[in-house]
Amino acid sequence: MKKEKSYSGWYFLGGVFLAYIVTLFIDSKKISSALNFFSTTIVKVIPIIFLVFVLMALTNYFVNHKTLVKYMGKKSGIKGWIISIVAGIISTGPIYMWYPLLSELKKQGVRKGLISAFLYNRAIKIPLLPMIILYFGLVYTIILTVVMMLLSVVQGLIIEKILSKK
Amino acid sequence: MNTKLKQSVVKAGKGIWSSIPILLGVILLVSLISAIIPTSAYSFLFKNNYLVDSFIGSSLGSVLAGNPITSYIIGGELLKQGVSLLAVTAFIVAWVTVGLVQLPAESMLLGKKFAIIRNITAFIFSIIVAVVTVVVAGLI
Repeated sequence: MKKEKSYSGWYFLGGVFLAYIVTLFIDSKKISSALNFFSTTIVKVIPIIFLVFVLMALTNYFVNHKTLVKYMGKKSGIKGWIISIVAGIISTGPIYMWYPLLSELKKQGVRKGLISAFLYNRAIKIPLLPMIILYFGLVYTIILTVVMMLLSVVQGLIIEKILSKK
Repeated sequence: MNTKLKQSVVKAGKGIWSSIPILLGVILLVSLISAIIPTSAYSFLFKNNYLVDSFIGSSLGSVLAGNPITSYIIGGELLKQGVSLLAVTAFIVAWVTVGLVQLPAESMLLGKKFAIIRNITAFIFSIIVAVVTVVVAGLI
């Protein structure tokens, strides 16, 4: 079982390579454009992988299971929601870069609703606020941000409810 | 280096290493989709109907992925082309909160059930967030 799981990522990567090969035969120009996009993204992503690695190591070193469960476990209450909303907002880089850390936290007993709230609040990025204000206006941006923060909690609770039934 | 620190670093390294094929796969997939679908093609999908357009906006935002700035730029262009603010809001919210491209990676690392339920609820919530935001913004 464990062995099968460790290969699933490689199967996925193999599938993506296959999609590239198929596209190469259909339209080779798209491949060079995709690879350009890939090289630009990977340069931006490397520092974030390093940041996630440091955070994972620091979490392993400083935060023990008991503390994590106290602040982000089933009985964490409003503190847990605030921590995950703030962490979601201040975290940088693409969403998928945070999956390894979240996976580790989930294994250690962090509430699924809090993980979902973290992922939802990744939509609110402080450095990007001037950009969204420029396109859609200040009032709209404030309302959207507040609505998303509040509904991320509702979504987290719904997810926990659904998962607890299965 | 003390043993606990060494163990913490090795554990983090193993966690990152096991995620590398998944992360690489997602970045390659996002790159391929961005290259295949031209941004100019998006406005043709909208039908000038609030309900249908917000559903289309959410669907489009769910399929596409990338930097949120790109979603603001596309959203701004869609607004100029007459697409409703409701549909554009659903689009920019779904862009970041729903990830069909990232779904395999999310399933492998956070669990299949969690990933599917999270993405379905995020899709529904992108429409709810859009309705609430536009209604509240309209009242002010």
